[in-house]
Amino acid sequence: MTRWVMIADLRRCVGCQTCTAACRHSNATPPEVQWRRVLDMEVGEYPAVKRVFVPVGCMHCADPPCMHVCPSTATRKRADGIVTIDYDLCIGCSYCAVACPYQARYKTDVAEFAYGKAMPNEEIRHDEKRLGVATKCTFCSDRVDAGLAQGLKPGIDHEATPACVNSCIAQALQFGDLEDKQSNVSQLLAENQFFRMHEELGTEPGFYYLWDKKEVQA
Amino acid sequence: MSYGPRPWQQTNWDWRAAANFMLGGTGAGLMIAAVFVQNPLPHAVLAAMLLIGGGLGTVWLEIGRKLRAIHVFFNPQTSWMTRESFAALLLFVLSSIALFLDSRQVLVAAALAALAFVYCQARILRAAKGIPAWRAPQVVALVMATALVEGSGLLMVMNPDLLVISLFTAAVIARAVAWSAYWTALKQAGSRTALETAGKALVQIGTIAPLALVLGAYFLPQAAALAGIAALLTGWRLKYVLVTRAALNQGFALPQLPVRGTR
Repeated sequence: MTRWVMIADLRRCVGCQTCTAACRHSNATPPEVQWRRVLDMEVGEYPAVKRVFVPVGCMHCADPPCMHVCPSTATRKRADGIVTIDYDLCIGCSYCAVACPYQARYKTDVAEFAYGKAMPNEEIRHDEKRLGVATKCTFCSDRVDAGLAQGLKPGIDHEATPACVNSCIAQALQFGDLEDKQSNVSQLLAENQFFRMHEELGTEPGFYYLWDKKEVQA
Repeated sequence: MSYGPRPWQQTNWDWRAAANFMLGGTGAGLMIAAVFVQNPLPHAVLAAMLLIGGGLGTVWLEIGRKLRAIHVFFNPQTSWMTRESFAALLLFVLSSIALFLDSRQVLVAAALAALAFVYCQARILRAAKGIPAWRAPQVVALVMATALVEGSGLLMVMNPDLLVISLFTAAVIARAVAWSAYWTALKQAGSRTALETAGKALVQIGTIAPLALVLGAYFLPQAAALAGIAALLTGWRLKYVLVTRAALNQGFALPQLPVRGTR
Protein backbone atom coordinates (compact mmCIF):
# COMPACT_ATOMS: atom_id res chain seq x y z
CA MET A 1 0.00 0.00 0.00
CA THR A 2 0.98 3.59 -0.55
CA ARG A 3 0.11 6.63 1.55
CA TRP A 4 1.21 9.89 0.00
CA VAL A 5 1.91 12.58 2.57
CA MET A 6 3.55 15.97 2.65
CA ILE A 7 5.94 17.39 5.20
CA ALA A 8 6.60 21.03 5.98
CA ASP A 9 9.74 21.71 7.99
CA LEU A 10 8.84 24.85 9.96
CA ARG A 11 12.52 25.43 10.74
CA ARG A 12 13.30 25.75 7.05
CA CYS A 13 10.33 27.63 5.61
CA VAL A 14 11.24 31.28 4.95
CA GLY A 15 7.81 32.38 3.78
CA CYS A 16 8.88 33.21 0.25
CA GLN A 17 5.55 31.97 -1.16
CA THR A 18 7.27 30.36 -4.13
CA CYS A 19 5.22 27.24 -3.45
CA THR A 20 2.05 29.32 -3.66
CA ALA A 21 3.13 30.79 -6.98
CA ALA A 22 4.22 27.41 -8.32
CA CYS A 23 0.90 25.87 -7.35
CA ARG A 24 -1.05 28.67 -8.99
CA HIS A 25 1.03 28.36 -12.12
CA SER A 26 0.85 24.59 -12.24
CA ASN A 27 -2.87 24.34 -11.52
CA ALA A 28 -4.04 27.58 -13.16
CA THR A 29 -6.11 28.65 -10.18
CA PRO A 30 -7.97 31.95 -10.44
CA PRO A 31 -7.03 35.06 -8.43
CA GLU A 32 -7.48 34.71 -4.66
CA VAL A 33 -7.59 30.94 -4.92
CA GLN A 34 -4.50 29.48 -3.31
CA TRP A 35 -4.49 25.75 -2.94
CA ARG A 36 -1.07 26.08 -1.26
CA ARG A 37 -0.92 29.03 1.12
CA VAL A 38 1.81 30.10 3.51
CA LEU A 39 0.63 31.71 6.73
CA ASP A 40 2.79 34.35 8.33
CA MET A 41 2.35 33.97 12.09
CA GLU A 42 3.76 36.02 14.93
CA VAL A 43 4.21 34.11 18.14
CA GLY A 44 4.98 35.38 21.63
CA GLU A 45 4.93 38.75 23.38
CA TYR A 46 7.28 41.65 22.71
CA PRO A 47 10.27 41.53 22.91
CA ALA A 48 10.32 37.71 22.74
CA VAL A 49 8.48 37.46 19.45
CA LYS A 50 9.02 34.75 16.85
CA ARG A 51 7.85 34.70 13.29
CA VAL A 52 6.75 31.39 11.86
CA PHE A 53 5.77 30.60 8.29
CA VAL A 54 3.25 27.81 8.01
CA PRO A 55 2.36 26.22 4.67
CA VAL A 56 -1.26 25.06 4.65
CA GLY A 57 -3.76 23.62 2.22
CA CYS A 58 -5.70 20.40 1.87
CA MET A 59 -4.29 17.99 4.43
CA HIS A 60 -5.49 14.90 2.53
CA CYS A 61 -6.86 13.48 5.75
CA ALA A 62 -7.11 9.74 6.31
CA ASP A 63 -10.60 10.38 7.70
CA PRO A 64 -11.68 13.42 5.67
CA PRO A 65 -14.82 15.15 6.98
CA CYS A 66 -15.30 16.74 3.55
CA MET A 67 -15.80 13.30 2.02
CA HIS A 68 -18.28 12.13 4.63
CA VAL A 69 -20.51 15.19 4.29
CA CYS A 70 -20.42 15.40 0.48
CA PRO A 71 -23.98 14.62 -0.72
CA SER A 72 -22.96 13.89 -4.31
CA THR A 73 -19.98 11.57 -3.69
CA ALA A 74 -17.87 14.05 -5.67
CA THR A 75 -15.27 14.03 -2.92
CA ARG A 76 -13.49 10.72 -2.60
CA LYS A 77 -10.31 9.31 -1.18
CA ARG A 78 -8.02 7.24 -3.36
CA ALA A 79 -6.32 4.11 -2.10
CA ASP A 80 -3.08 6.07 -1.90
CA GLY A 81 -4.65 8.64 0.45
CA ILE A 82 -5.14 11.50 -2.00
CA VAL A 83 -8.52 13.19 -1.53
CA THR A 84 -10.07 14.11 -4.86
CA ILE A 85 -13.04 16.06 -6.21
CA ASP A 86 -14.98 14.94 -9.27
CA TYR A 87 -15.96 18.24 -10.91
CA ASP A 88 -18.66 16.48 -12.94
CA LEU A 89 -20.44 15.25 -9.82
CA CYS A 90 -19.99 18.22 -7.49
CA ILE A 91 -23.09 20.41 -7.10
CA GLY A 92 -21.24 23.26 -5.39
CA CYS A 93 -23.21 23.13 -2.14
CA SER A 94 -20.07 24.09 -0.18
CA TYR A 95 -20.88 21.64 2.60
CA CYS A 96 -17.34 20.28 2.25
CA ALA A 97 -15.97 23.80 2.69
CA VAL A 98 -17.65 24.28 6.05
CA ALA A 99 -16.77 20.74 7.11
CA CYS A 100 -13.06 21.20 6.40
CA PRO A 101 -11.19 22.36 9.54
CA TYR A 102 -8.33 23.65 7.39
CA GLN A 103 -10.16 26.12 5.13
CA ALA A 104 -8.67 24.32 2.17
CA ARG A 105 -11.62 24.47 -0.20
CA TYR A 106 -12.64 27.16 -2.64
CA LYS A 107 -15.64 27.79 -4.84
CA THR A 108 -15.54 30.23 -7.72
CA ASP A 109 -18.95 30.96 -9.21
CA VAL A 110 -17.89 33.23 -12.06
CA ALA A 111 -14.71 33.24 -14.11
CA GLU A 112 -12.14 35.63 -12.64
CA PHE A 113 -8.90 36.75 -14.21
CA ALA A 114 -5.89 38.58 -12.83
CA TYR A 115 -6.41 41.70 -14.94
CA GLY A 116 -10.17 41.66 -15.39
CA LYS A 117 -10.27 40.23 -18.91
CA ALA A 118 -8.57 36.95 -19.63
CA MET A 119 -4.94 37.11 -20.71
CA PRO A 120 -3.96 34.69 -23.53
CA ASN A 121 -2.48 32.20 -21.10
CA GLU A 122 -5.60 32.37 -18.93
CA GLU A 123 -7.81 31.81 -21.96
CA ILE A 124 -5.89 28.67 -22.81
CA ARG A 125 -5.99 27.25 -19.32
CA HIS A 126 -9.47 28.36 -18.24
CA ASP A 127 -11.61 25.37 -17.28
CA GLU A 128 -15.39 25.81 -17.18
CA LYS A 129 -15.66 22.58 -15.19
CA ARG A 130 -14.15 24.34 -12.19
CA LEU A 131 -16.84 27.00 -11.99
CA GLY A 132 -19.53 26.62 -9.35
CA VAL A 133 -17.88 23.58 -7.78
CA ALA A 134 -15.50 22.97 -4.90
CA THR A 135 -11.80 22.95 -5.69
CA LYS A 136 -8.69 22.30 -3.63
CA CYS A 137 -5.13 20.98 -3.63
CA THR A 138 -4.86 17.65 -5.42
CA PHE A 139 -1.31 16.84 -4.26
CA CYS A 140 -0.74 17.28 -8.03
CA SER A 141 -2.19 13.80 -8.47
CA ASP A 142 -1.93 14.12 -12.26
CA ARG A 143 1.85 14.62 -11.96
CA VAL A 144 2.13 11.81 -9.43
CA ASP A 145 0.15 9.40 -11.62
CA ALA A 146 1.97 10.36 -14.82
CA GLY A 147 5.31 10.01 -13.04
CA LEU A 148 4.44 6.61 -11.64
CA ALA A 149 3.39 5.47 -15.10
CA GLN A 150 6.86 6.36 -16.29
CA GLY A 151 8.48 4.46 -13.44
CA LEU A 152 9.46 7.60 -11.55
CA LYS A 153 9.41 8.03 -7.80
CA PRO A 154 7.17 10.82 -6.41
CA GLY A 155 9.04 12.96 -3.91
CA ILE A 156 12.37 12.11 -5.52
CA ASP A 157 11.88 12.65 -9.24
CA HIS A 158 10.68 16.16 -10.02
CA GLU A 159 8.41 15.06 -12.85
CA ALA A 160 6.43 12.96 -10.37
CA THR A 161 6.42 15.42 -7.48
CA PRO A 162 3.88 18.14 -6.57
CA ALA A 163 4.75 21.57 -7.94
CA CYS A 164 4.94 23.23 -4.52
CA VAL A 165 7.53 20.72 -3.31
CA ASN A 166 9.58 21.08 -6.48
CA SER A 167 9.66 24.84 -6.15
CA CYS A 168 10.57 25.12 -2.46
CA ILE A 169 13.82 27.05 -2.26
CA ALA A 170 14.64 25.77 1.24
CA GLN A 171 13.56 22.16 0.80
CA ALA A 172 11.08 22.80 3.56
CA LEU A 173 8.38 20.89 1.69
CA GLN A 174 8.80 17.18 1.10
CA PHE A 175 6.51 14.61 -0.46
CA GLY A 176 6.63 10.85 -0.28
CA ASP A 177 5.16 7.53 0.72
CA LEU A 178 4.56 7.14 4.43
CA GLU A 179 4.19 3.37 4.07
CA ASP A 180 7.68 3.05 2.63
CA LYS A 181 10.01 3.04 5.64
CA GLN A 182 12.94 4.01 3.44
CA SER A 183 11.20 7.00 1.87
CA ASN A 184 12.33 10.57 2.43
CA VAL A 185 9.24 11.39 4.46
CA SER A 186 9.49 8.30 6.66
CA GLN A 187 13.12 9.14 7.38
CA LEU A 188 12.30 12.74 8.26
CA LEU A 189 9.51 11.71 10.57
CA ALA A 190 11.79 9.16 12.24
CA GLU A 191 14.47 11.75 12.87
CA ASN A 192 12.35 14.72 13.88
CA GLN A 193 9.58 15.76 16.19
CA PHE A 194 6.39 16.68 14.39
CA PHE A 195 2.73 17.57 14.78
CA ARG A 196 -0.32 17.69 12.58
CA MET A 197 -2.76 20.59 12.44
CA HIS A 198 -5.85 20.30 14.69
CA GLU A 199 -5.03 16.69 15.41
CA GLU A 200 -7.62 16.66 18.20
CA LEU A 201 -10.39 16.57 15.57
CA GLY A 202 -9.41 13.05 14.57
CA THR A 203 -9.13 13.73 10.84
CA GLU A 204 -5.63 12.20 10.67
CA PRO A 205 -4.12 14.72 8.26
CA GLY A 206 -1.58 13.58 5.68
CA PHE A 207 0.42 16.76 6.23
CA TYR A 208 3.11 16.83 8.91
CA TYR A 209 4.93 19.78 10.44
CA LEU A 210 8.49 19.25 11.67
CA TRP A 211 9.54 21.54 14.50
CA ASP A 212 12.63 20.00 16.16
CA LYS A 213 15.11 17.15 16.07
CA LYS A 214 14.22 14.09 18.09
CA GLU A 215 15.88 13.95 21.50
CA VAL A 216 18.87 11.61 21.40
CA GLN A 217 18.47 8.78 23.90
CA ALA A 218 21.40 8.66 26.37
CA MET B 1 0.19 33.12 22.12
CA SER B 2 0.20 33.08 18.35
CA TYR B 3 -0.97 35.86 16.07
CA GLY B 4 -1.63 34.08 12.86
CA PRO B 5 -4.93 34.29 11.11
CA ARG B 6 -7.51 34.24 13.87
CA PRO B 7 -10.81 32.43 13.43
CA TRP B 8 -12.93 34.16 10.84
CA GLN B 9 -16.52 33.93 9.67
CA GLN B 10 -17.18 31.31 7.04
CA THR B 11 -18.66 32.83 3.89
CA ASN B 12 -19.67 29.68 2.08
CA TRP B 13 -23.16 29.50 3.57
CA ASP B 14 -25.15 32.73 3.73
CA TRP B 15 -28.79 33.73 4.32
CA ARG B 16 -29.94 31.16 1.79
CA ALA B 17 -28.59 28.30 3.88
CA ALA B 18 -29.89 29.98 7.04
CA ALA B 19 -33.34 30.22 5.44
CA ASN B 20 -33.38 26.45 4.98
CA PHE B 21 -32.82 25.93 8.69
CA MET B 22 -35.40 28.60 9.55
CA LEU B 23 -38.17 27.66 7.11
CA GLY B 24 -37.42 23.93 7.08
CA GLY B 25 -37.31 23.75 10.86
CA THR B 26 -40.59 25.63 11.21
CA GLY B 27 -42.26 23.52 8.54
CA ALA B 28 -41.11 20.28 10.11
CA GLY B 29 -42.18 21.49 13.55
CA LEU B 30 -45.57 22.47 12.16
CA MET B 31 -46.04 19.06 10.58
CA ILE B 32 -45.20 17.36 13.88
CA ALA B 33 -47.45 19.70 15.86
CA ALA B 34 -50.31 19.20 13.39
CA VAL B 35 -50.64 15.61 14.56
CA PHE B 36 -51.55 16.82 18.03
CA VAL B 37 -54.64 18.66 16.83
CA GLN B 38 -57.91 16.77 17.29
CA ASN B 39 -59.00 17.37 13.70
CA PRO B 40 -55.87 17.87 11.61
CA LEU B 41 -55.95 21.10 9.65
CA PRO B 42 -55.29 20.73 5.93
CA HIS B 43 -54.00 24.29 5.72
CA ALA B 44 -51.45 23.58 8.47
CA VAL B 45 -50.13 20.61 6.53
CA LEU B 46 -50.03 22.65 3.35
CA ALA B 47 -48.23 25.48 5.14
CA ALA B 48 -45.67 23.00 6.48
CA MET B 49 -45.02 21.69 2.99
CA LEU B 50 -44.67 25.21 1.63
CA LEU B 51 -42.24 26.20 4.36
CA ILE B 52 -40.05 23.14 3.87
CA GLY B 53 -40.20 23.53 0.11
CA GLY B 54 -39.32 27.20 0.45
CA GLY B 55 -36.31 26.37 2.61
CA LEU B 56 -35.04 23.79 0.16
CA GLY B 57 -35.64 26.28 -2.63
CA THR B 58 -33.38 28.85 -1.01
CA VAL B 59 -30.64 26.25 -0.67
CA TRP B 60 -31.05 25.42 -4.32
CA LEU B 61 -30.41 29.09 -5.06
CA GLU B 62 -27.09 28.78 -3.24
CA ILE B 63 -25.59 25.77 -4.96
CA GLY B 64 -23.13 26.38 -7.73
CA ARG B 65 -24.45 23.81 -10.21
CA LYS B 66 -28.22 24.11 -10.00
CA LEU B 67 -29.03 21.71 -12.83
CA ARG B 68 -27.18 18.94 -11.02
CA ALA B 69 -29.25 19.26 -7.85
CA ILE B 70 -30.38 15.64 -8.24
CA HIS B 71 -26.84 14.57 -7.28
CA VAL B 72 -27.73 15.51 -3.71
CA PHE B 73 -29.28 12.04 -3.42
CA PHE B 74 -26.05 10.18 -4.15
CA ASN B 75 -24.53 9.67 -0.71
CA PRO B 76 -27.03 8.37 1.86
CA GLN B 77 -24.24 6.24 3.38
CA THR B 78 -22.57 9.13 5.16
CA SER B 79 -24.02 12.51 4.19
CA TRP B 80 -26.68 14.09 6.36
CA MET B 81 -27.50 16.42 3.50
CA THR B 82 -28.48 13.45 1.35
CA ARG B 83 -30.48 11.99 4.20
CA GLU B 84 -32.23 15.33 4.69
CA SER B 85 -33.21 15.27 1.02
CA PHE B 86 -34.63 11.77 1.27
CA ALA B 87 -36.54 12.71 4.42
CA ALA B 88 -37.96 15.75 2.61
CA LEU B 89 -38.99 13.62 -0.35
CA LEU B 90 -40.71 11.12 1.93
CA LEU B 91 -42.35 13.95 3.83
CA PHE B 92 -43.80 15.49 0.68
CA VAL B 93 -45.13 12.17 -0.57
CA LEU B 94 -46.72 11.22 2.75
CA SER B 95 -48.15 14.69 3.34
CA SER B 96 -49.73 14.72 -0.09
CA ILE B 97 -51.24 11.30 0.48
CA ALA B 98 -52.48 12.38 3.94
CA LEU B 99 -54.16 15.40 2.44
CA PHE B 100 -55.61 13.47 -0.47
CA LEU B 101 -56.97 10.62 1.66
CA ASP B 102 -57.65 12.76 4.71
CA SER B 103 -55.89 10.04 6.70
CA ARG B 104 -54.64 10.60 10.22
CA GLN B 105 -52.44 7.50 10.10
CA VAL B 106 -50.60 8.76 7.05
CA LEU B 107 -50.30 12.19 8.67
CA VAL B 108 -48.57 10.55 11.63
CA ALA B 109 -46.17 8.91 9.21
CA ALA B 110 -45.57 12.31 7.58
CA ALA B 111 -44.87 13.78 11.01
CA LEU B 112 -42.28 11.06 11.61
CA ALA B 113 -40.67 11.98 8.29
CA ALA B 114 -40.70 15.61 9.46
CA LEU B 115 -38.97 14.54 12.66
CA ALA B 116 -36.34 12.73 10.59
CA PHE B 117 -35.98 15.81 8.39
CA VAL B 118 -35.28 18.16 11.26
CA TYR B 119 -32.94 15.63 12.87
CA CYS B 120 -30.98 15.51 9.62
CA GLN B 121 -30.82 19.30 9.61
CA ALA B 122 -29.38 19.26 13.10
CA ARG B 123 -26.86 16.60 12.13
CA ILE B 124 -25.83 18.63 9.08
CA LEU B 125 -24.57 21.30 11.43
CA ARG B 126 -23.10 18.78 13.85
CA ALA B 127 -21.06 17.18 11.04
CA ALA B 128 -19.49 20.47 9.96
CA LYS B 129 -16.16 19.93 11.70
CA GLY B 130 -14.76 23.20 10.44
CA ILE B 131 -17.14 25.32 12.52
CA PRO B 132 -16.86 24.94 16.31
CA ALA B 133 -20.25 26.60 16.92
CA TRP B 134 -21.93 24.01 14.71
CA ARG B 135 -20.05 20.86 15.60
CA ALA B 136 -20.96 21.10 19.28
CA PRO B 137 -23.04 18.00 20.16
CA GLN B 138 -25.57 20.23 21.93
CA VAL B 139 -26.55 21.81 18.62
CA VAL B 140 -28.68 18.76 17.76
CA ALA B 141 -31.10 19.21 20.67
CA LEU B 142 -31.13 22.96 20.13
CA VAL B 143 -32.08 22.75 16.46
CA MET B 144 -34.74 20.11 17.09
CA ALA B 145 -36.31 21.93 20.05
CA THR B 146 -36.24 25.19 18.12
CA ALA B 147 -38.08 23.58 15.22
CA LEU B 148 -40.75 22.22 17.52
CA VAL B 149 -41.22 25.61 19.18
CA GLU B 150 -41.50 27.36 15.82
CA GLY B 151 -43.94 24.79 14.42
CA SER B 152 -46.15 24.64 17.48
CA GLY B 153 -45.97 28.43 17.80
CA LEU B 154 -47.20 28.84 14.25
CA LEU B 155 -49.93 26.28 14.80
CA MET B 156 -51.00 28.17 17.89
CA VAL B 157 -51.57 31.20 15.69
CA MET B 158 -53.78 29.09 13.41
CA ASN B 159 -55.51 27.02 16.05
CA PRO B 160 -54.91 27.87 19.72
CA ASP B 161 -56.45 24.78 21.29
CA LEU B 162 -55.36 23.39 24.63
CA LEU B 163 -53.34 20.47 23.27
CA VAL B 164 -51.33 22.75 20.97
CA ILE B 165 -50.76 25.25 23.79
CA SER B 166 -49.52 22.42 26.03
CA LEU B 167 -47.17 21.17 23.31
CA PHE B 168 -45.91 24.69 22.71
CA THR B 169 -45.28 25.24 26.42
CA ALA B 170 -43.31 22.02 26.72
CA ALA B 171 -41.32 22.84 23.58
CA VAL B 172 -40.48 26.34 24.78
CA ILE B 173 -39.14 24.95 28.05
CA ALA B 174 -37.20 22.25 26.19
CA ARG B 175 -35.69 24.86 23.89
CA ALA B 176 -34.62 27.00 26.84
CA VAL B 177 -32.90 23.98 28.41
CA ALA B 178 -31.26 23.08 25.08
CA TRP B 179 -30.07 26.65 24.60
CA SER B 180 -28.65 26.75 28.12
CA ALA B 181 -26.71 23.51 27.51
CA TYR B 182 -25.46 24.77 24.15
CA TRP B 183 -24.42 28.16 25.52
CA THR B 184 -22.55 26.53 28.41
CA ALA B 185 -20.66 24.27 26.00
CA LEU B 186 -19.83 26.99 23.47
CA LYS B 187 -16.29 28.16 24.16
CA GLN B 188 -15.29 30.13 21.09
CA ALA B 189 -15.27 33.82 22.00
CA GLY B 190 -16.23 35.14 18.57
CA SER B 191 -19.24 32.87 18.27
CA ARG B 192 -20.37 33.75 21.79
CA THR B 193 -20.18 37.44 20.99
CA ALA B 194 -22.19 36.98 17.80
CA LEU B 195 -24.85 34.87 19.51
CA GLU B 196 -25.15 36.80 22.76
CA THR B 197 -27.91 39.23 21.74
CA ALA B 198 -29.94 36.62 19.87
CA GLY B 199 -29.55 34.27 22.84
CA LYS B 200 -30.80 36.89 25.29
CA ALA B 201 -33.76 37.58 23.03
CA LEU B 202 -34.47 33.84 22.88
CA VAL B 203 -34.62 33.66 26.66
CA GLN B 204 -36.49 36.91 27.33
CA ILE B 205 -38.75 37.38 24.31
CA GLY B 206 -38.79 33.79 23.11
CA THR B 207 -39.18 31.96 26.41
CA ILE B 208 -40.23 34.07 29.42
CA ALA B 209 -42.64 36.34 27.54
CA PRO B 210 -44.40 33.50 25.65
CA LEU B 211 -44.82 31.48 28.84
CA ALA B 212 -46.42 34.50 30.51
CA LEU B 213 -48.59 35.11 27.45
CA VAL B 214 -49.71 31.49 27.41
CA LEU B 215 -50.96 31.94 30.97
CA GLY B 216 -52.69 35.11 29.83
CA ALA B 217 -54.36 33.20 27.02
CA TYR B 218 -56.86 31.80 29.52
CA PHE B 219 -58.24 35.33 29.75
CA LEU B 220 -57.36 36.73 26.32
CA PRO B 221 -57.13 34.10 23.54
CA GLN B 222 -55.17 36.45 21.26
CA ALA B 223 -52.27 36.28 23.71
CA ALA B 224 -51.54 32.72 22.55
CA ALA B 225 -50.98 33.90 18.99
CA LEU B 226 -48.66 36.61 20.22
CA ALA B 227 -46.72 34.03 22.24
CA GLY B 228 -46.38 31.83 19.19
CA ILE B 229 -45.11 34.67 17.01
CA ALA B 230 -42.60 35.82 19.63
CA ALA B 231 -41.20 32.31 20.02
CA LEU B 232 -41.10 31.81 16.26
CA LEU B 233 -39.27 35.03 15.46
CA THR B 234 -36.67 34.67 18.21
CA GLY B 235 -35.96 31.11 17.04
CA TRP B 236 -35.51 32.30 13.48
CA ARG B 237 -33.20 35.06 14.59
CA LEU B 238 -31.05 32.65 16.59
CA LYS B 239 -30.67 30.26 13.67
CA TYR B 240 -29.98 33.08 11.26
CA VAL B 241 -27.17 34.37 13.48
CA LEU B 242 -25.88 30.85 14.12
CA VAL B 243 -25.48 30.16 10.40
CA THR B 244 -24.43 33.56 9.11
CA ARG B 245 -22.57 35.41 11.87
CA ALA B 246 -21.57 32.99 14.60
CA ALA B 247 -20.08 30.45 12.22
CA LEU B 248 -16.41 31.20 12.77
CA ASN B 249 -13.85 28.61 11.85
CA GLN B 250 -11.09 27.77 14.30
CA GLY B 251 -8.24 29.32 12.38
CA PHE B 252 -4.83 27.69 12.65
CA ALA B 253 -2.83 26.86 15.73
CA LEU B 254 0.72 25.78 16.39
CA PRO B 255 1.05 23.35 19.28
CA GLN B 256 4.84 23.60 18.92
CA LEU B 257 7.19 26.27 17.65
CA PRO B 258 10.12 25.51 15.37
CA VAL B 259 13.44 25.20 17.17
CA ARG B 260 15.98 26.95 14.99
CA GLY B 261 19.76 27.16 15.30
CA THR B 262 21.81 25.43 17.98
CA ARG B 263 20.46 24.75 21.44
